Amino acid sequence: MISIDKVSKWYGDFQVLTDCTTQVQKGEVVVVCGPSGSGKSTLIKCINALEPFQKGDIAVDGVSLANPKTDLPKLRARVGMVFQHFELFPHLSIIDNLTIAPVKVLGRDKTEAVAKGHQLLERVGLKDHASKHPGQLSGGQQQRVAIARALAMDPIVMLFDEPTSALDPEMVNEVLDVMVQLAQEGMTMMCVTHEMGFARKVASRVIFMDQGKIIEDCAKESFFGDTTARSERAQQFLAKILQH
Amino acid sequence: MDFSPIPNELPAMWEGMQLTLKMTVLGVLGGVLFGTLLALLRLSHNRLLAGIATGYVNIFRSIPLLLVIIWFYLAVPFVLRWITGADTPVGAFASCLTAFIMFEAAFFCEIVRAGIQSIPRGQVSAAQALGMSYGQSMRLVILPQAFRKMTPLLLQQSIILFQDTSLVYSVGLMDFLNTARSRGDNIGQPHEFLIFAGLVYFLISFAASRLVKHLQKRLAV
Repeated sequence: MISIDKVSKWYGDFQVLTDCTTQVQKGEVVVVCGPSGSGKSTLIKCINALEPFQKGDIAVDGVSLANPKTDLPKLRARVGMVFQHFELFPHLSIIDNLTIAPVKVLGRDKTEAVAKGHQLLERVGLKDHASKHPGQLSGGQQQRVAIARALAMDPIVMLFDEPTSALDPEMVNEVLDVMVQLAQEGMTMMCVTHEMGFARKVASRVIFMDQGKIIEDCAKESFFGDTTARSERAQQFLAKILQH
Repeated sequence: MDFSPIPNELPAMWEGMQLTLKMTVLGVLGGVLFGTLLALLRLSHNRLLAGIATGYVNIFRSIPLLLVIIWFYLAVPFVLRWITGADTPVGAFASCLTAFIMFEAAFFCEIVRAGIQSIPRGQVSAAQALGMSYGQSMRLVILPQAFRKMTPLLLQQSIILFQDTSLVYSVGLMDFLNTARSRGDNIGQPHEFLIFAGLVYFLISFAASRLVKHLQKRLAV
């Protein structure tokens, strides 16, 4: 579904990504973790071309991003993305947030889009909030709307960029529950997150990044099971975040 | 002081006020439209386009409005003749309106640019991530938010334009002030008419300004 091939990226002289290579198969849930500044958010933003990269290539469902002829908006319309800071459109009601892209980008019928929007809101447990504006919702609710907004486009894959790190602790679970449900329904997902509980529950693979490089890329069982086989850096990281 | 002739002249002055208001409204609409275009050019990644827009803004912000009005009055018929090859009378109103739009656009450009830049970058990313093109993300996501934020500033600038339209006296247009002045001269009581005109400008501008303040408070919530 996603194939990342020797991707490198620089900000000026500073190299943020170095030869990153990995794949995500259809139906897989891949969790990307690592210390801050390790390039994990940058890598996930490269997948739907929100960030350009200078070397290597990424292919999403066979469509190459390095190919200058690729219609990027068309590709992005098929890839769902959830951001750390939700990024709902504050001037639109919740239901309009969910229908604007299906109607304006995909050219869907407005009534159908609204019906589907209500279904999705029900699915994330927010059906009574359709006519509110984003500012009237809590962070956890906003993030669930953001997930519903991405799903409204019927994406072939969902990308999550630290979806719970801007949330109050007591709101983390309501968002993770939606993500777990999504994973169990067979959605292909790539999630940058530090929620190791989530990774243990639904991840098929875990990627560990440090200083712009993919250090570990292995099945969940071996990542959490046999930590002695992991690199020293990954062990340090795991020791810190699994302590509690 | 004798203000008694003023009521008789109100219909004529109302005609003048209509011209003033028409000039203001059309000037603001045209100025915002052209100013938004300039703002988008200034923010574009194309260096040439951004440079042209920046140069335009700098030039028009550095010359007096009165000069622009006179220039356009003289230049617009000339340019039209050059384009069409025939005398094309446009009249003082059209040339003044063009001058106001061109001049105000430079100021509106800066307001719109600041408004666009005040919208978090994440909003652009979110719009793009949903498959929107540059035009769609501007039209559907960024500009609606930016305009909401800058409405008070745009209105404030419009109030200034409302007062500045009085400069059309320089090319002989009979706006509100020019009508009041000429009526006062004819009757022989110029001072009373000028005081009255000043009062009218003050009342309209002040009321509008209060309205903007009120709006600012409501939009801030």
